Amino acid sequence: MSTVDLGIPTVRPQHASPSSHLRGSRGFPAAARDELGNETQRGNLHHATSSIQAKRAGVVREVRDWQKLRNAGSAVKWQVTDHLPEMLEQLEASVTAAGGVVHWARDAEEAGEIVTALGIERGAEEILKVKSMATQEIALNETLAHAGIRAIESDLAELIVQLADDTPSHILVPAIHRNRAEIREIFLAAMPDLDASITDDPAELAGAARRFLREKFLDMPGSMAVSGANFAVAETGTMVVVESEGNGRMCLTLPKTLVSVVGIEKIVPTFEDLEVFLQLLPRSSTGERMNPYTTLFTGVHEGDGPEEFHLVLLDNGRSAVLEDPDGRSALHCIRCSACLNVCPVYARAGGHAYGSTYPGPIGAILSPQMTGTSGTDDPNSTLPYASSLCGACYDVCPVKINIPEILVHLRAQDVDRRRGERGEFHGQWDIAMKGASTLMSSPKAYDLAVRSAGPLSKVLPGKNIGKVPGMLPLVPGWTDHRDLPKPQQSFRSWWEQREQPAPPEPEPGAGADGSAEDEEGRR
Amino acid sequence: MRISLMTTCLVDVMAPDVARSTVRLLERLGHEVVFDKRQTCCGQMHTNTGYYTEAAPVVRSFVDTYEPTLDEVDAIVMPSGSCAGCVRDQHRLVARHEGDTELEERAEAVAAKTYELSELLVDVLKVTDVGAYFPHTVTYHPTCHSMRVLKVGPRPLKLLRAVEGITVVNLPESDTCCGFGGTFSVKNDATSDAMVTDKASNVVASGADFVVAGDASCLMNIGGKLHRTGAQPKPVHLAQILASTQEEPFIPADTILGRAS
Ligand code: SF4
Repeated sequence: MSTVDLGIPTVRPQHASPSSHLRGSRGFPAAARDELGNETQRGNLHHATSSIQAKRAGVVREVRDWQKLRNAGSAVKWQVTDHLPEMLEQLEASVTAAGGVVHWARDAEEAGEIVTALGIERGAEEILKVKSMATQEIALNETLAHAGIRAIESDLAELIVQLADDTPSHILVPAIHRNRAEIREIFLAAMPDLDASITDDPAELAGAARRFLREKFLDMPGSMAVSGANFAVAETGTMVVVESEGNGRMCLTLPKTLVSVVGIEKIVPTFEDLEVFLQLLPRSSTGERMNPYTTLFTGVHEGDGPEEFHLVLLDNGRSAVLEDPDGRSALHCIRCSACLNVCPVYARAGGHAYGSTYPGPIGAILSPQMTGTSGTDDPNSTLPYASSLCGACYDVCPVKINIPEILVHLRAQDVDRRRGERGEFHGQWDIAMKGASTLMSSPKAYDLAVRSAGPLSKVLPGKNIGKVPGMLPLVPGWTDHRDLPKPQQSFRSWWEQREQPAPPEPEPGAGADGSAEDEEGRR
Repeated sequence: MRISLMTTCLVDVMAPDVARSTVRLLERLGHEVVFDKRQTCCGQMHTNTGYYTEAAPVVRSFVDTYEPTLDEVDAIVMPSGSCAGCVRDQHRLVARHEGDTELEERAEAVAAKTYELSELLVDVLKVTDVGAYFPHTVTYHPTCHSMRVLKVGPRPLKLLRAVEGITVVNLPESDTCCGFGGTFSVKNDATSDAMVTDKASNVVASGADFVVAGDASCLMNIGGKLHRTGAQPKPVHLAQILASTQEEPFIPADTILGRAS
């Protein structure tokens, strides 16, 4: 395994801190089983994901050079992962030159401490937040709460999740698992001044959220806000926040102190590169040609916007992801969520089953790499298996992350880790796979096994179909849900019995059994 | 042409009529079919479950079967999108994982001559009307690996539309995975069940008598669910439709085992 030189040779890259919101309490199969029982959620998810998916497909079809754009986006991201150390230093220099202050956070705790200290120093009691995945990941709201500071989410869907004391289940639409009626109930319970006559009309609900947040915005001058960033331009020190509602822009422009918590992989090299990503992101994400609000800010400017700008550069396991050449492109993700919307597993099991801030296909490859996995009992070691490898995610990904290939790579890592630990490689699957491998690499033994499968099945009663010898591990997982074709006379037996065209004349010199070893198989 | 049939392990045992139909079809079109009984499996199940080390001997066995006589055949055909996809996309990955460059090169040579059925017919044999007769209403499930790994595109539908007497109706949400995914259907059986339940409902909603696909594994999944729920539509492989004629029509074999107790 080759490593990327991070310029800090004495420090080994470490995995994300355990306090991060990157690991659930149970493995995916069990969590999914429960989520699948929630009929309302399944209906909500199916409706929401299929409509965003269709919208995306429509606006992507309009762009003639879409595949070229994807190639460009992917190429820029590879350039970033190949040169991350230099680019980070360049970003630090340009942000500092523009009057910002750069902080380095190795993990969730360090990032939380930096932001909390900034809040305490400024006497903040409430902090307004712009929707951000990085601060979800590091559980910033909880950390701030410990220090007596209340974080208030300004994004509508994030606010719904926060008011319901729920957790997000989607990258773009954190409350995607809720419908309008549920949101109305949540608002009525959490907003004491709300008139009970409010209906579940989206406009009325948005109005209620607007009035609730406006109070908060009015208090904002003199206060502090926290954001993430979709892109951080190394060349200029510019942060870019892409959003739909405009609440983010309020938070980015009105407060006295602005703190942006940004993952180290969010870098783009030059300002010009934004041309590519600002075409790819909105179409892939909300299915819009362009999103309504794109805010770009660079350091501080007297009399214009925040007086203080702090950039917290967050590692939290990202350097560990970077170490694996076959898995590192997971860091290219621009969090558009297209892979979630198109994923048949996500659409049914929902985001909570993944147990991480990052659900869906990207979460299945990113979360286990960020946290590392400790063994079969680690919930995150089940994530690479949470896919049928249908490949829909790879097709839609705007930066061409080959998610199915990385899923298989992580499965192989999981299997190889067990293989490497003494006495670990003896699970049901390990034994079945080893046995099948031996059989399937011994043509003669295999031939015999296949020929006996048909006759053998005749003597087995129907209720024993779980035990029919065959090519698949026929454990109850299959037959609990579906019937199974009965093994018949194998093709190879039929092939031998059918009338064969007259065999060609034997070569002169060949004996009666001159079919020779290497001819034996050919019929 | 001389075409070597790699039936796939699943078809050999669980769906032999798919292989018999492939033989009938290709011979009717005037080609010679050979079957090498040393064949076992493409190694997809091992590879996709992460057992590269266990996949390697299976891949080696596959390559040992086909590579030495590669010059004697014009093509190798597999009536399965996912198995052909594994040969073309994953055999080199397995060889690389083992650090075996010789196997990688030999595997690539075999892969270059390996085709899924619709590719063989349309691209190599240059035929779309194979003279088949199938007087039924069918709906087509594209199967993920045919669609996204091999990118067979409209080839199977072109072949189907040329069949005499057939009516092809639209399958709602056809691009969505049926939930099989090999060992996924067992490791994540609840999620897989939710997926195949939706696929089966869409097949029923299409109004078709048959659901057709180019992969016996997906058909076993969808067909198994249709049978379990008592739904009318039956699974049929593309090869079975294309082999069917007025004289020798396709007869669905009632070979489904009943509900497990
Ligand atoms: S992996 Fe690709 S498709 Fe999925 S969220 Fe990230 S950028 Fe979007």
